[in-house]
Amino acid sequence: MKNRGYYGKFGGAFLPEILVATFDELETSFEDLKSDPAFWDEYSALMSSYSCRPTPLTFAANLTWEFNGAKIYIKREDLNHTGAHKANNVMGQGLMVRKMGKKRVIAETGAGQHGVACATMAAKFGLDCTIYMGEVDVLRQRPNVFWMEQLGATVVPVKDGTRILKDAINEAFRDWVTNMDTTHYVLGTACGPHPFPEMVAYFQSIIGKEARQQILKIEGKLPSRVYACVGGGSNALGLFSGFLNDPVELIGVEAGGLGLNSGMHASRLCSKDARPGIAQGYKTYFLQDGDGQMKETHSISAGLDYVGVSPILSHMNETGRARFESATDDEVIAALKLTMVKEGIIPALESAHAFAQAFKEAPGLSKEDAIIINQSGRGDKDIFTVAEAFNDPKWKDFIIGKAATYHA
Amino acid sequence: MLESYIKERRKTKDILLMTHMVLGYPSFEACFDIVEQMVEAGVDLMELQIPFSEPMADGPVILTANQKALQTGTTVPKCLEFAETVSKAFPIPFLFMAYANIPYQYGMEKFAAKMAALNLKGAIIPDLPPEEGEDYLHAMKHNNLDPIFIFSPETSNERMSYLSSLASGFVYCTARKGVTGKKTRFSEDLSAYLSRCRKAVSLPLAVGFGVREKADVEFLKSRADIAVIGSETIRVVEEKGVSAVGEFIRSIR
Repeated sequence: MKNRGYYGKFGGAFLPEILVATFDELETSFEDLKSDPAFWDEYSALMSSYSCRPTPLTFAANLTWEFNGAKIYIKREDLNHTGAHKANNVMGQGLMVRKMGKKRVIAETGAGQHGVACATMAAKFGLDCTIYMGEVDVLRQRPNVFWMEQLGATVVPVKDGTRILKDAINEAFRDWVTNMDTTHYVLGTACGPHPFPEMVAYFQSIIGKEARQQILKIEGKLPSRVYACVGGGSNALGLFSGFLNDPVELIGVEAGGLGLNSGMHASRLCSKDARPGIAQGYKTYFLQDGDGQMKETHSISAGLDYVGVSPILSHMNETGRARFESATDDEVIAALKLTMVKEGIIPALESAHAFAQAFKEAPGLSKEDAIIINQSGRGDKDIFTVAEAFNDPKWKDFIIGKAATYHA
Repeated sequence: MLESYIKERRKTKDILLMTHMVLGYPSFEACFDIVEQMVEAGVDLMELQIPFSEPMADGPVILTANQKALQTGTTVPKCLEFAETVSKAFPIPFLFMAYANIPYQYGMEKFAAKMAALNLKGAIIPDLPPEEGEDYLHAMKHNNLDPIFIFSPETSNERMSYLSSLASGFVYCTARKGVTGKKTRFSEDLSAYLSRCRKAVSLPLAVGFGVREKADVEFLKSRADIAVIGSETIRVVEEKGVSAVGEFIRSIR
C-alpha cells in the first residue's frame, strides 16, 4: 500500500486485502495524470467542447435587491452537460480510465445525477457501464433511471440495507472486488478510500478555478463568503478549492431534513448525531449509533442523503477553515421558490440548501460584500421530485390523468 | 496461542475445519445450538461475526444475515455476552470477525482486553489492513491475541512477506477474488497461489471463500491446514433448519 491519504485524522484507505493492488494501480495512474503537464489542458478542452465550461457566474440582481445586503453571485454548474457538477468528475475519471485501458465502468448513484453523467461518459468513450442505485432511489428518480438505460447503462437496483446511496456504494465495491481487472469504479463524490477524495476534489477544482477568475474580473476583488451544499462534498470542495489560500469564508450547507433535533436529517458536521468512524473504506464523521452501526438519514434531496462526508471536509471542520451549517427541507423549498420567481433560475433541491443558507446571511453583510452560491445542479430535470416537494395539486391531477391513459 | 493449537491438532488430522456464524442470526438461541452441533461434529475453531450495517466484503448470504441480525436487535454487548457463554461451554478456540468500525467505536485497547477476558483467541478485521491498524495490532499483542491477516490471489509476494511479518496465529487465504459465498473453482491456479502463500509464511494457512462440499475440503488437504466454511452453513440453516448443521459438517470432512 502506498500513500494512505490523510487529512488530519480523517481519510485513509481501509481496504479489504483483495483491493490493495487495485488501489496502488489507481494511485499510480492518478499521480501520472496529475504530473502530466498536458493533462489539465486536455481535460479543460474536453469540458469546454462536451460540457459547457467555463460555466457562467451569474449576478443575481433581484435577489441582491431582495435581501439588501451582499451582492449575490451564482456559479452555474447547472449548465454543465447532464445538468450538474457531476460531469466534471466523470469526464476526468473517464480520461483516466482510457489511459488505464479498462473497458468497463461501474458507479453508485443517489439522486441519479452521477449515474446519468457516468452513463454519458461511458457512451462517449465506448465503455460498458453498470450503475448501482438503491431501490428507494430507483423508485423516486425514475426519469434518471430512464435516461441511464437509454444511454446504454445497466441499472441495478440495490435491495440491501437502507436501499439508498450508501448501500449502492457497498454494492459497487462488491462488484469491483470481483472485476477489478477489467473495471474501474467511478466513485461520484470526494469520499471513500484514498485516492478517491483527492482525485474527485482535483477534477471538481475546475469550479473554484473558474469562479475565482470570474469574480475577480467582475468585482475586482474576492468574495467575502462562498456557499455550497454538502452531500459527499464534491461540489463544495470544487468551489472551496479556488479560495483555500484567500481570506474568503467557506460555508458548507448540509441537509437539515426535518430539523437537527428530529433525528431525521443528514447533517454529519453540524449535528451532534455523528462521530468519527470507519466505513466504506475511509475514516470520517458518520451518522451512527453507539455500537457503530450506520443510521438512516433523511433529506428532501436524494443527493444529500448520505451517512458520511468527505474526509477533506471533516478536516476543514476541525481546523475551522470551513464553517458548516444546515438548512431544513422547508427552508430549502422556500429558497427554491424565491430563486425561481426572482431570477428565473431553477436550482436543484440539493443546491437550494446553499441558497437557503446564503439568504439567511446576505442581509447581515454590507453592500460592498460579494458572495458566491454554487448552483451544483438544475432542478427542472427533477420535475417529479420538485413537484412532489411543492405538493402541487395541478401536477398531481396531471399524473393521475396520465396514469389513467396507461390503464386504458 | 492459535499457532501451536493448530499445529498440535494437525498431527492427528489431515485438515482442520473452521466455521463461521453471524451472531444473532437467526437468533442467539439458534446460534448456541449451531455452535454445539458444530463442536460435536468435530469443528476445530470458529469465527463469530459481529454484525455490521455496511459489510463491504460479504456476499448476499452473509450480508442478509448481518441485516437480519441487526433488525432483530443484535447489539455489540449481546455479542460479547454470547461469546463469553460459548467460550466457557465449549473447548475449541473462538475468534471474532468484525468490520473495523465495531472495535474502533468500542475502543481498540478496550475491545482487545475484553476479548482476552472472554477467552477469545484472535480476530479477523477484513477492512483493517496493517497500515491502518497500528492501534489494533498493538492492542492485540498487548493482550496475547492473534490478529489474523488475509492473503488474496492479488497479493504480491512482497506484500505477503510484509503481512507475514505482522501476522500470528494463522493466515486466512481467500480462495479467489470477489465476496464471500460465491462459487470457487478449486483448480491448478488455486493450487499455485496456495503454494505461493506457503512459501511466504510459516504460519498455518486457512482457506475460505466458496468452500461448500466434501470435494472442496479434499482438495485443500495437503495444500492448507484449515478449511473455512462460511456462507454454506448459513444456507444449510436457512434451507434445512438448525438441526441439519451437525450432519452437514460431518458430511464434508
